Amino acid sequence: MSFFGKLSWNAIPFDQPIPLTAAATVIALFTAVLVWIAVKGYAPYFWKEWITSVDHKRIGVMYCVLGLLMLLRGFIDAIMMRTQQALAFHAQGYLPPEHYDQIFSAHGTIMILFGAMPLVVGLMNFVVPLQLGVRDVAFPTLNSVSLWLTATGALLVNLSLVLGEFARTGWLPYPPLSELRYSPGVGVDYYLWAVQIAGVGTLLTGINFITTILKTRAPGMTYLRMPMFCWTSLATCLLIIAAFPVLTATLAMLTLDRYLGFHFFTNTAGGNAMMFTNLIWAWGHPEVYILVLPAFGIYSEVISTFSSKPLFGYRSMVIATMFICIVSFCVWLHHFFTMGAGGDVNAVFGIASSIIAVGTGVKMYNWLFTMYGGRLRFTTPMLWSMGFMITFITGGMTGVMLAVPPADFLLHNSMFLVAHFHHVIVGGVVFGVLAAIAYWFPKAFGFRLHEGWGKAAFWFAFVGFYVTFVPFYVLGFLGMTRRMQHYNVAEWYPWIMASAFGILILIGGIVCQVIQLVVSIRRREELRDVTGDPWDGRSLEWATASPPPVFNFAVLPHVGGVEAYWNVKQRAREDLRLGQEPHYEPVEMPRNSPTGFICAFFATVIGFSLIWHIWWLAILGFVGAYATFVGFAWRDVPEYVIPAEDVARIDRANRAVRQEALAGAPPS
Amino acid sequence: MSAADTTIAVRDPYHVGHAGESRARGHGGGGPASRRVVVGYGFWLFLLSDIVIFSCLFAAYAVLAGATADGPSSKQIYDLNRVAWETGCLLASSFFCGMASIAVARRSQILTQVTLLITGLLGVAFILLEISEFAALHAKGDGPTRSAFLTGFFTLVGCHGLHVTVGLLWLGTMMAQLFAKGFRADIRRRFLCFTMFWHFLDIIWVAIFSLVYLVGTKL
Repeated sequence: MSFFGKLSWNAIPFDQPIPLTAAATVIALFTAVLVWIAVKGYAPYFWKEWITSVDHKRIGVMYCVLGLLMLLRGFIDAIMMRTQQALAFHAQGYLPPEHYDQIFSAHGTIMILFGAMPLVVGLMNFVVPLQLGVRDVAFPTLNSVSLWLTATGALLVNLSLVLGEFARTGWLPYPPLSELRYSPGVGVDYYLWAVQIAGVGTLLTGINFITTILKTRAPGMTYLRMPMFCWTSLATCLLIIAAFPVLTATLAMLTLDRYLGFHFFTNTAGGNAMMFTNLIWAWGHPEVYILVLPAFGIYSEVISTFSSKPLFGYRSMVIATMFICIVSFCVWLHHFFTMGAGGDVNAVFGIASSIIAVGTGVKMYNWLFTMYGGRLRFTTPMLWSMGFMITFITGGMTGVMLAVPPADFLLHNSMFLVAHFHHVIVGGVVFGVLAAIAYWFPKAFGFRLHEGWGKAAFWFAFVGFYVTFVPFYVLGFLGMTRRMQHYNVAEWYPWIMASAFGILILIGGIVCQVIQLVVSIRRREELRDVTGDPWDGRSLEWATASPPPVFNFAVLPHVGGVEAYWNVKQRAREDLRLGQEPHYEPVEMPRNSPTGFICAFFATVIGFSLIWHIWWLAILGFVGAYATFVGFAWRDVPEYVIPAEDVARIDRANRAVRQEALAGAPPS
Repeated sequence: MSAADTTIAVRDPYHVGHAGESRARGHGGGGPASRRVVVGYGFWLFLLSDIVIFSCLFAAYAVLAGATADGPSSKQIYDLNRVAWETGCLLASSFFCGMASIAVARRSQILTQVTLLITGLLGVAFILLEISEFAALHAKGDGPTRSAFLTGFFTLVGCHGLHVTVGLLWLGTMMAQLFAKGFRADIRRRFLCFTMFWHFLDIIWVAIFSLVYLVGTKL
């Protein structure tokens, strides 16, 4: 065993131009950004204000940036898959099988775990404390650790582009294929350590947010006064702490199989490969609800705000959310009806899988009735929400079809399945995230996003989505299985070409989204959100300035009912003046800390050295991580105080603008 | 109905969420809970998630328990005498950990350090007993790579042992902190978490003792 374990110059794929060019481009861009930061003298600013920040708003923004970047990376994988299949009719295309297999594995892993997850967690980070009327999450430094551990995972996955290879097993590494005997390279190891480290970060987020939501709400914010997004975030975090440990345990078992020759899932010595499939889906199915529940919360907020009405059926919405939360643990077997568990078992899970659609159905009707009779404003977030409702109903109904075991035996592993889960994940989660970004962007940055480009992005994405993914249903019925590197069935070809054309339209959507950001930044003065309440919002995040001061609220709001801010605002509108100025007191806020970043540094070292079997470096990494914990535990001054005068000055400025807006607005 | 309640009812046209609401802090009515409650609660959630990890390992063990691959079965390798000693060490260790909680409540540095030291020594004794069991099995060629049953056994019991080892590291750090920083509020909160962790390891051990060793020697 050499000094650097399995690592050598051979790890760099000099003979494969595509990954090499991609990696070179990424490295060049990354270096350019670093140089730009250094030359402009922004390094201290980024270090002090962002990297070491424990402010939930900053952490939320960084999560979203990470998620959007990874979404782009995953989208590039998608373009490669579509173009490969478009070229691979009676031909080999331009991606050899071993490379194509890595691309679809990386696409799934990145989209779910490093694209959608950071975006959902980031939005929770930014919004939940503001909606609950509190100053931060329960454990601010832990929050920073979560962020940077997630970033570590993303870094390791992308590192596999230039050093070694990624898994060729699909986004869930089923044994025995993923066992050492059949996947001897480092690909599966990259997957295991990247997902394991990011998973720990997610688990800590779950703990942090349950504690925040259950234990630190503003006075008067009882359970049935919490905004819907807080409820769905709570449900998601409950799922996280129940499901992510299963992922941790399952990946640890596969790791032991691969590293120490254990026999959990091997073909030999009594191992049981189907145990992996069961365990991984006991995490994997709740995981899809972890992603989509916060999106349901986002739609609830957006639809209520832009229908200018309270959310219809708030209580039934809460019940439906918690119903989905629980039942999502009782359906995992529908991912492998073909295992052969027998008719009775399949029937139970098939029925449970159909029943879970009832909870979503309740929500659909509530959103529709919220819109019914409302004063609708068709803004970008509202368009995404309505696009979601149409798309998710289609995706949900094909899901119910797949939940019928005899039908599943035919559709299993086909393109029909791929069409189904893209309908629910893109239509549910991605549309939701984009709605949320348009909706809360002014709160985070103090100016709105340009509406015209946002609407253009929506229409491109909406049409492009259907053109790309509806052909998959047809392809499924025509018998095409998923993950095909090449094929020679003439009936499939037109549908695959249609899908490839759809991805072109989707690219148009992404271009519009990028242009929207650039245009909005350049025209930020005319898009400025002066009052902090650009949409005539109903929950507490709109009661503070945009962007909110570091302490969120000058005094903790006292909540008197559902729609905490709406009631206060209505009173102010009737009286034509704001409520009495509060008595300001000094505010204690947590001090920034590099702990999270340093932890992630050592986690990267540990992950990297374990992937490449550099044992001494792994030990050094563990020692460093322990030293970081002790260093953090030893600090004496965890907080700093913002004097009452500063709090008063900041709050009075916002009150003055709001008072002005109140005097200028016609009484409602 | 008091005047305050009436105003709330007016401001809350849907009559949602204020019937018999709790005024306790942390339940919404009275604002954020105290730091001690928040930290303790968060750590409880962590322990619950750790229990889920152990549940998976228990489930894996149960699935693989019969898959001996012509190797030894549980009946042939479990030694209840040693397990009894291990159990005794761990339970006594937990008892002294409880004593340490009392010592911290009484702000007695010397009692705290002594009881924590005994807690730690008993933990070390437990770990040594476990290592001797594992080493003996390995020496006979019955290590975790021998069969799926032994894989499940070594992983489940070893994961608990790993937790105890990490707990010992934490214990040493905790003692140093109590010594250097005294009974500061944040240190006491951290100590609360440590005691919860240490007792939690007992709970897991009771499950291992019953489901692995007792059941395993009967079957």
